[in-house]
Amino acid sequence: MGRIFDFMLPELKSPATGATTDALIHFVNEVSLIFLVGITFALIYFAVKYRRRSEDDKTPVITHNNKLEITWSVIPLLLVMVVFGWGYKGWLNLNTVPDDAYEIQVTGFKWGWTFNYNTGAQIANEVHVPAGKPVKLVMKSQDVLHSFYVPEYRIKHDVLPNRYTFVWFQAEEAGESQVFCTEYCGTSHSNMLAKVIVHEPEDFETWLAKQGTGGGGTPVERGENLVQLQGCVTCHSQDGSDLIGPTFQGLWEREERLADGSTITVDENYIRESILDPSAKIVEGYQNQMASYEGRLTDEQISDIIEYIKTLN
Amino acid sequence: MATAEVSSNIKKLQVKRFKPAEDPKNTYLTDEKGLWAWLTTVDHKKIGLMYLGAVAFFFLLGGLLALALRTELWTPAKTFIEADTYNQIFTLHGAIMVFFVLVPSIPAALGNFILPMQVGAKDVAFPRLNLASFYIYVIGAIFTFIALFNNGLDTGWTFYTPYSTTTTTSVIWVTLGVFILGFSSILTGTNFITTIHKLRAPGITWSKLPLNIWALYATSIIQVLATPVLAITVLLLTMERFMGLGIFDPANGGDPVLFQHFFWFYSHPAVYIMIVPGFGIISEVITTFSKKHIFGYWAIALSSLAIAFIGFLVWGHHMFTSGQSAVATTVFSFLTFLVGIPTGIKILNWVATLYKGSIEMKTPMLYVFIFLFLFSIGGFTGIMLGSLSADIHLHDTYYVVAHFHYVMMGGTLMALLAGLHYWWPKMTGKMYSEVWGKISAVLVFIGFNLTFLPQFVMGAQGMPRRYYNYIDQFTPFHQTSTIGSYVLGLGLFITLFYLLHSLWRGKKAGSNPWNSRGLEWQATSPPDFHNFDHTPVVIHGPYDYHKPMEEFQLGLAVSHNGHGEETDVKESKVTTN
Repeated sequence: MGRIFDFMLPELKSPATGATTDALIHFVNEVSLIFLVGITFALIYFAVKYRRRSEDDKTPVITHNNKLEITWSVIPLLLVMVVFGWGYKGWLNLNTVPDDAYEIQVTGFKWGWTFNYNTGAQIANEVHVPAGKPVKLVMKSQDVLHSFYVPEYRIKHDVLPNRYTFVWFQAEEAGESQVFCTEYCGTSHSNMLAKVIVHEPEDFETWLAKQGTGGGGTPVERGENLVQLQGCVTCHSQDGSDLIGPTFQGLWEREERLADGSTITVDENYIRESILDPSAKIVEGYQNQMASYEGRLTDEQISDIIEYIKTLN
Repeated sequence: MATAEVSSNIKKLQVKRFKPAEDPKNTYLTDEKGLWAWLTTVDHKKIGLMYLGAVAFFFLLGGLLALALRTELWTPAKTFIEADTYNQIFTLHGAIMVFFVLVPSIPAALGNFILPMQVGAKDVAFPRLNLASFYIYVIGAIFTFIALFNNGLDTGWTFYTPYSTTTTTSVIWVTLGVFILGFSSILTGTNFITTIHKLRAPGITWSKLPLNIWALYATSIIQVLATPVLAITVLLLTMERFMGLGIFDPANGGDPVLFQHFFWFYSHPAVYIMIVPGFGIISEVITTFSKKHIFGYWAIALSSLAIAFIGFLVWGHHMFTSGQSAVATTVFSFLTFLVGIPTGIKILNWVATLYKGSIEMKTPMLYVFIFLFLFSIGGFTGIMLGSLSADIHLHDTYYVVAHFHYVMMGGTLMALLAGLHYWWPKMTGKMYSEVWGKISAVLVFIGFNLTFLPQFVMGAQGMPRRYYNYIDQFTPFHQTSTIGSYVLGLGLFITLFYLLHSLWRGKKAGSNPWNSRGLEWQATSPPDFHNFDHTPVVIHGPYDYHKPMEEFQLGLAVSHNGHGEETDVKESKVTTN
């Protein structure tokens, strides 16, 4: 549109949620710029024009001017009321979800996102959606506060452990957008990234059909899916690189040196214990950081994960 | 005003003009010497200087942490420190700067020194309580240091639950430190309120109170009313961690949003504890260096009080995205805009004060100009963040980081620097290098904008705050910002050096180097142990620059200890404005 502050905002990909916000941001920026230039000009002009010429300069007694002061109180008051109303309107857009919105369940955890579809399909750190359709994300957290933010849609909402919150958007074209976590949540807060992947509606149906109903496949496939979904991979790499926790590559039957100086060989029971009671045996050189998965993983799921880890040797 | 009343009062007494000695013999610095005398002093001026030293130390520490953060952000991935260390550093940077620098800097350091002098008092109302406040501050600081060397703290300075109830770092040490520190703030506020009410010299009516005093008065009210809520909040947080009470932690049935309500009920008013005293300094400096009566005295004085009161009603604007109720969100947004109006009034009043003035661009005035520019940007971006849908997009991004640095650093710190340079000759009796003062002010200005302007843009582009790693597209913004922070740091280091240098090599200041009409400038530099030789009687307002100094220097020799030089003045010339 060629407005002066266009460079500030990323491309808008969900006009239904972001158009009012963008117009408001441009308006506030432009009015502020006018005021700022005015104030700066007055400062410089006065400083030059009324610079001290001698130590005995006489200054007039101007104590106040009611008319002037009321004027410069009322005009900004009216302006900010406009801004308030405008922001309220944009905010109503963000909170009024169209009735036909496609609903996806979202879970935030340290440090990743899981998206659940009503077909039973489950996917981590990528949410696939159809273009041109309103999508509602119903969100909760498994642990601490997170916040779901898509700059290109101008949407954001905190994700809480005790309560469901939501955001909605309508991406108009196929493509990808970045998702950030914006509520500080610990060590890997800045790695808690996800993508919104927008498909043409028919491609979306194909994609969804291909996902199956979740939980299918061989134990190894299920295990591989679980370490993604449960966010294990944000701390434990699968390629040997060193993250917050030890890598899964070559983990099976590896001899680990523990923080208390003893050694242990990684087997089923050690992995199980580390998942359910992570602080029990910390590998030397790593912090006691992991939260327990007690109640979050069934015994079958833990077995599946162990089967998958075995394949990484 | 009660012109006739004051005049008739004066006529009953023998009116004399008081002229302070230019070469003070026995000042507060020479009266009692030695470490023990300093540590046990109840003199508000020495306590003010001790606070100044402590605040400067913490500012240096917080600033070095900031430079470490900016250096780490030079590259998108790890530059030189680990993620956990980074998280601890930004937490400490925030906590130190807020609780140990911004909150006490102007009231406790400069305010302690200047407030009794501006009201013509010998000291604050409760001098021993004043000393106790300082030690409480030190004890609070020690607790925080214990945390620093004992596992650190990684919650961010806001201690949001449930992260703060579950992290393994030293939350309790810091919350106890903040809890103790709060008492220091409350006691200083109480002391100031009492001093302003009870110890004003004869003739200082509420309409003759310097605007700096109005600002400190408003600040003290917020300190006394808001700080207890912080104390309760951090105490509950501590109990939650110790005993799992289940107030904030959802795992035990608590509500984490409740913590945010409690926390911001203090911490939003605390923003005004930090900035309102700065407004006072700006009013004093701008009149002195334009030699002109302040424009709209009552508008500035009352807007400080208005900000203090409305400031209690807007905490919810930190929580638009948190899950608080829709009605609360809307009401908080509306009230937030109301607090912008008195602030805007002040800025325009200050600009109008310059009109037809006699403006001299000394270092303190340069900082006032920098303040007006930076704080305006802070205010406008605050309007942006107060509006609901814009805030949803910008909340918890670098836009917010830039905004509050423009307000807190561009506002409070620039005002502090203006005040420090302005009152330095009064406090030390020495002049600093004007040339170096200006060079560093320019470096600070350039460095500041280079650091924080790019952050507005990258925040609006979507860069979240408190990120250790970031995606590649933000690299140029981060690198510009990092370079800016080095320039800013250099400017501030130069300030430290020439101010310290002036203590040994600075020229003698004389009692009133700026020809100010403020009452504190009618004492010697550095001041006598009891501030004034005589209890002054104040006839003129604090901003009567249209009257010649000779006529202005009025005081009454109620008691006299032989330092000053007295001259008779004709009674008929004594008038108020």
